[in-house]
Amino acid sequence: MEAGEAKSKKPRGPRLCCICNQRRPVLKRPKTLQQICRECFYEVFEEEIHQVIVKNRLFKSGERVAIGASGGKDSTVLAYVLSELNRRHNYGLDLFLLSIDEGITGYRDDSLETVKRNEVQYGLPLQIVSYKDLYGWTMDEIVKMIGLKNNCTFCGVFRRQALDRGAALLKVDKLVTGHNADDIAETVLLNILRGDIARLSRCTSITTGEDGPIPRCKPFKYTYEKEIVMYAYFKKLDYFSTECIYSPNAYRGFAREFIKDLERLRPRAILDIIKSGEDFRIATTTKMPEQGTCERCGYISSQKWCKACVLLEGLNRGLPKMGIGRPRGNLNGDHKKVTKAGATAKSIESKQCGSLDF
Amino acid sequence: MQLTLEFGGGLELLCDSEKIHKVNVDLPNGADDFTMKHLLSWVRTNLIKERPEMFMKGDTVRPGVLVLVNDCDWELSGQLDTTIEEKDVIVFISTLHGG
Repeated sequence: MEAGEAKSKKPRGPRLCCICNQRRPVLKRPKTLQQICRECFYEVFEEEIHQVIVKNRLFKSGERVAIGASGGKDSTVLAYVLSELNRRHNYGLDLFLLSIDEGITGYRDDSLETVKRNEVQYGLPLQIVSYKDLYGWTMDEIVKMIGLKNNCTFCGVFRRQALDRGAALLKVDKLVTGHNADDIAETVLLNILRGDIARLSRCTSITTGEDGPIPRCKPFKYTYEKEIVMYAYFKKLDYFSTECIYSPNAYRGFAREFIKDLERLRPRAILDIIKSGEDFRIATTTKMPEQGTCERCGYISSQKWCKACVLLEGLNRGLPKMGIGRPRGNLNGDHKKVTKAGATAKSIESKQCGSLDF
Repeated sequence: MQLTLEFGGGLELLCDSEKIHKVNVDLPNGADDFTMKHLLSWVRTNLIKERPEMFMKGDTVRPGVLVLVNDCDWELSGQLDTTIEEKDVIVFISTLHGG
C-alpha cells in the first residue's frame, strides 16, 4: 500500500490533490476530470454511492438484501462497499451473497472460489444455486448439445430466473447487482441498435421489477468502471477476471468498444448516454409486451410459457433451436398479447448476454 | 534499466499467465528518455504472446486498459509521454472482463 508513497521520489504527475490540497493525486476522475489522492478518492467514491442509495431510497431499514456475486470486479467491489456503508450509515440491512453456478468448468468453478473467499473476508453468508439443480443441465452440457452459437441466450435467460429463485431461497426483499455506468450506457446503445423499445424504456431504471417477486437495483448506476477497477486495485480486493470461455458476444463487444472509445475522447459521454436513456419518451403508439405468468412454471412472462421453459423444452426434446430468434418460439405460436406502452411494460425475458441482463 | 511490469484484470493471460514480470529494457537509439511509448512497443514485442489487439490499439493501450506508473494513474503523468526511470513499477489492468 505505502509502496506507492515510498516510490514517489519524482512527482511526475501534477502537484496536489484538488480536494484536500495536501497529498499527491493518484487518479484522474472520469466524471469530473478532477485529480485526486487515494484517501479523497475512497471518500468520494463511497460517498457518491451512499448518496445514490439515499436519494433513490434503494433500501429500507430491516430489509434482507442479496448481492448478486459473480466473483468479478463489480460485484466484489459492491459487496465490499455495501457492507462498509451498511455499517457506517446504519442502513440496518441483512446482506447476503448470491452466486449462480452455471456449470462452466474452468470458469465458474474458479470464480466461485473467489466468492467463497469473499464470504469469509466480508462475513456475508453465501448461497449458491446451480443450473444443474434448477434445470437439470449445466452450461457445459448445453454447449455440448447446441454448440457455441446461441449459448449466451440460454445462459442469460437461465441466470435471470436463477437469481430470482436464489433470492427466494434466501427470503430476501431485494437483489442488488454490480451493473456500472459503462454497462448501462452500453445497454442503452444496444437497445437502440436492436430497436428493443421495451428494454430501452426500463434499462436505465435504478430499480426494476417492483411489480415482480423480487425488485432489483443497481447502486453503481452512476459509477464508472474505471473507478471501480481503481478502487479494487488500491484496496487490493480479491476478484476474478477471466473471460467466460463460451462468451464470444460480438454485438455487445462492438458496443462496449465504442463506449470505451467515446470515453477516451470525452469521459462524460457515458453519463450523457445514461441521461439520454432516462429522458427518452416512448411513443404511446409503440406496442409493448404485456406481463403475465408462465403457464408451466408460474414465472413472470409476456408469453404463454416463459423463455426459460421454452428453451428447456427444446433442450429436453432435442430441439435446441426452439425459442431462439425473433419469432418467439413455436410453443407460444400466435399467442401474442399486445397493449399500449406504459401499461405494464415489464416483460422479463433476458438479454442475449449472460452477465448483463436488465 | 530494470522495471517491474504487472498485468491484471485478465491481461496476464496474454503473457503466459504471469502477472509480474521483472524486465530489463534499453533506451532506444537516439532517444533521450525512455517513455511509456517505448515501453508499450517493447511489451508488445517481447511479452505479449497472443491477441495483441486485446492490449493495444494503434500506438497506445486499448481503451479500457488502465495504466499506473508507481501506483499513479498515467493520465496524470502524460500517458504515452510519461518518462520511465530505473526501478519503476508499471501496472496494466484490463477493465473489459466480466463483472
